Amino acid sequence: MSNPLVDMEKPDVIFCIGTNMTVTHPVAATRLKKAMARGAKLIVADPRNIPLAHKADVHLPLRVGSDTALLGAMAHVIAREGLMDEAFIRDRTEGFETFRKHVEKFTPEWAEGITSVPAADIERAAILYGKAERGAIYYTLGVTEHICGVDNVQSLCNLVLMTGNIGREGTGINPMRGQNNIQGAGDTGALPNNYPGFQPVVDPANQVKFEKAWGTKIDLEKGITKVRALEIAGEEILAMLICGENTVVSDPDRAHCEHALKSLDHLVVIDIFKTETAEIADVVLPASAWGETDGTYTNTERRVQRVRAAVKPQGLARPDWWILAQLATRLGICGFEWNGAREVFDELCKLSPTYYGLDWDLVEEGRHHWPVPQKGHPGTPILHIGEFPRGRGLFMTPEYRDPAETIDDEYPVWLTTGRRLAHYHTRTMTGRAVGSEYLVPEELLEVHPDDVENWGLEDGGDAVLSSRRGAVLIKVCATTQSPRGTVFCSFSFDDVPINALTGSGYDPITDTAELKVCPVRIEPAQTDPVP
Amino acid sequence: MADSGSNGRTRSLTLDGDEVSFQEGESLYEVARRNRRPVPTLCYDDRLEAFGACRLCVVEIEGMKSPAASCTTEAQPGMVVRTRTEELERQRKILLEMVVSENPAADISPLRGHASQELGQLAEEYGADGSRFQGARSGSSYRGDPNPMILRDYDHCISCYRCVRVCAEQEGDYAISVANRGFQTSITTEFAGRLENSECTFCGQCVQTCPTGALADLRALQSEGEVKDFELTRSICPFCGVGCSVDIMSNDDKIIGVRPAMDGPANEGALCVKGQFSWDWVQHTDRLKTPLVRENGVLVETDWDTALNRAAEGFRKVREQHGRHAIYGIASGRAPHESSYAMQKFIRAGFGTNQIDNCSRA
Ligand code: SF4
Ligand code: SF4
Ligand code: FES
Repeated sequence: MSNPLVDMEKPDVIFCIGTNMTVTHPVAATRLKKAMARGAKLIVADPRNIPLAHKADVHLPLRVGSDTALLGAMAHVIAREGLMDEAFIRDRTEGFETFRKHVEKFTPEWAEGITSVPAADIERAAILYGKAERGAIYYTLGVTEHICGVDNVQSLCNLVLMTGNIGREGTGINPMRGQNNIQGAGDTGALPNNYPGFQPVVDPANQVKFEKAWGTKIDLEKGITKVRALEIAGEEILAMLICGENTVVSDPDRAHCEHALKSLDHLVVIDIFKTETAEIADVVLPASAWGETDGTYTNTERRVQRVRAAVKPQGLARPDWWILAQLATRLGICGFEWNGAREVFDELCKLSPTYYGLDWDLVEEGRHHWPVPQKGHPGTPILHIGEFPRGRGLFMTPEYRDPAETIDDEYPVWLTTGRRLAHYHTRTMTGRAVGSEYLVPEELLEVHPDDVENWGLEDGGDAVLSSRRGAVLIKVCATTQSPRGTVFCSFSFDDVPINALTGSGYDPITDTAELKVCPVRIEPAQTDPVP
Repeated sequence: MADSGSNGRTRSLTLDGDEVSFQEGESLYEVARRNRRPVPTLCYDDRLEAFGACRLCVVEIEGMKSPAASCTTEAQPGMVVRTRTEELERQRKILLEMVVSENPAADISPLRGHASQELGQLAEEYGADGSRFQGARSGSSYRGDPNPMILRDYDHCISCYRCVRVCAEQEGDYAISVANRGFQTSITTEFAGRLENSECTFCGQCVQTCPTGALADLRALQSEGEVKDFELTRSICPFCGVGCSVDIMSNDDKIIGVRPAMDGPANEGALCVKGQFSWDWVQHTDRLKTPLVRENGVLVETDWDTALNRAAEGFRKVREQHGRHAIYGIASGRAPHESSYAMQKFIRAGFGTNQIDNCSRA
């Protein structure tokens, strides 16, 4: 997030796109509710009738995967109506003229044809955001889990740049991170292109820096992404070390993924449960869990915070860093002689420009938002004040592209996926929590009541849901939360492995899977269960 | 909250004989608390609009005929305020005795919730045992709700409205309201049904603000039989990226509950159903307790040395046979930094490659 969570109470116009925030980030959503209670206007762009949409001043129920068209048209309207922040564009951006010409063709009428959102509503939303004193954008995976995820984010950046809604309190472009420390995983350099602190591995200066720190020369070439690694598993990738990820259930195209992992010579899994992924490993190493482990997380607002052990680990379980140090020692890899989480974190801080001013003691109360470039620095709650990392903000010119697969006679229904409030991810944790299981004991396919009738389904009855990759049996729930022609379910339940269906394509730049769009066919289940 | 009044001008009044300054917009209660002259309260929660229902916080203001509720009275320049006169203390004791006579305050387990001891502590402090007002007990328990998270024990409800207000003001959910007043008081949902059929999201905010334990944490109460006291360990919720601060309740290496940290920077006392109630997986019997290695096709339990040697050996072999680029690491976005940092260092320093990613792409 460019801005801290407290800023969510301060915008006068809130634009939520691709985020079912009351379900995925409930406590953050309470802040938006407070802003609204104080008079802030809310625009919600989401294909479904999610709870936030009920509270919206303008709901834009776009067809799944059509975000780039919608956002292009909003930019068109803002330009046409002259609602730009001219001073901001002049002083802080470049490429605006090219961009202005680029969006000329994106009329709201054109976008209506693609998104099915009435042109008049697109205009209303654009004008509302364009006129905002403090406009803030919030988004989640509904924006990024597409083959055009990067285009979508760039389209949002364009809106921000043309209206100057950045670098100030209550504004900004704010992706909400889905997992407790997914921000931290990137910050610490668990990425094929970056060392800790987002230092590119292709930069020879960084190569030298880390050679000095670790005593090994590391390739100047980027590694491949996980998606590519799974593609060539068994051919070029022959050993994997997977830590705390239930790849088999969370990743798209389950059959392919399981096959990939099984074709490895060597698979080592570090986890707290015997997950579906651990089941196929050669070695499974028991990790200490939350509540048993000292360490640090970074949340979605870049706040670095301490987690603490309250109890002893179960059985022989040990912290991940200890396990990795043990492995390293056995392979003759130096530099893992740590005596506790504190030493690991302090080493990270010394090597990361974003954490350089931090150390174990300083994050005690979680007061800092990174970057904290030097000791004594108070942290950076609001990014991009006065300047962007590259200097001027650059307008990009994305074009609308169809999803990897679109509906046709054989697969005539859009499936989109997401989360349930009571559950987390693949349910390895919440599936073992009494409260969560009480509230949401099973997965349901949300179908509009008219579609339930038209497709010969039954509310509460079983249906077979199939895509070009596979089929699952799932119980139907009639609800107007789904629009006609689009169905929804979560990816949390292993007995409804929705990732057997998804995985039609990937964003060409980030390799993020198109989990939000998948054409499917739905038929009432016969008495015989699907194979 | 955090920055309230920071732009107000400074003024002063007399508090228990001392001249003290205050910011425009501060209540007398806030001024008194800041000056370490705490006034007792029951219907007050820092995060909520002051409500003025319990009248426990009354203070004397010179020139006013009767005492005023300090939580709803704005400080004014020149006011002369007394917080602890004998008469005030007498009135407070009577109030507390009336409350306690209707609502048994003794023996409320602290497992019930963050604020559950407030009434009991005040009753003890004022020596109010309720024997003076023998009479009907208020409210009644709502036993028709089988949810395993929130106990609705209205025998203890004192109509402070904190739950209703926290739900509306903090959660924005409007799931509950107060039905009837006085002896029949109960906190109710739409159509007086189960919480799960209302707008309730089971965030537990009402439980944590309840000053009597009428709304209580059933997950924590599971341990009521075995556990008398517990430790609190400050940590961060393990689920989504909001990063809510929690206090883990534990006793003798057993986790028995979770509470929101009222001063948590990301959540300021709020949690959602997962952070609040879904902690029981940590010490679930399914947890992996020993390393496992595959023998003749099945995973069998073993010791650390065997498992680590086997794991290392596999990587060594693949490196020898297929080169260092044939090894790949996937780090966790759920484990702490120390895990993902060690993972990428293991791959980079160990094999000289950048064959490392995390689970954010799916
Ligand atoms: S648990 Fe949360 S949503 Fe439910 S009644 Fe209590 S405060 Fe309201
Ligand atoms: S309590 Fe809920 S909103 Fe807060 S971090 Fe946990 S999962 Fe997220
Ligand atoms: S705390 Fe002021 S009236 Fe209850």
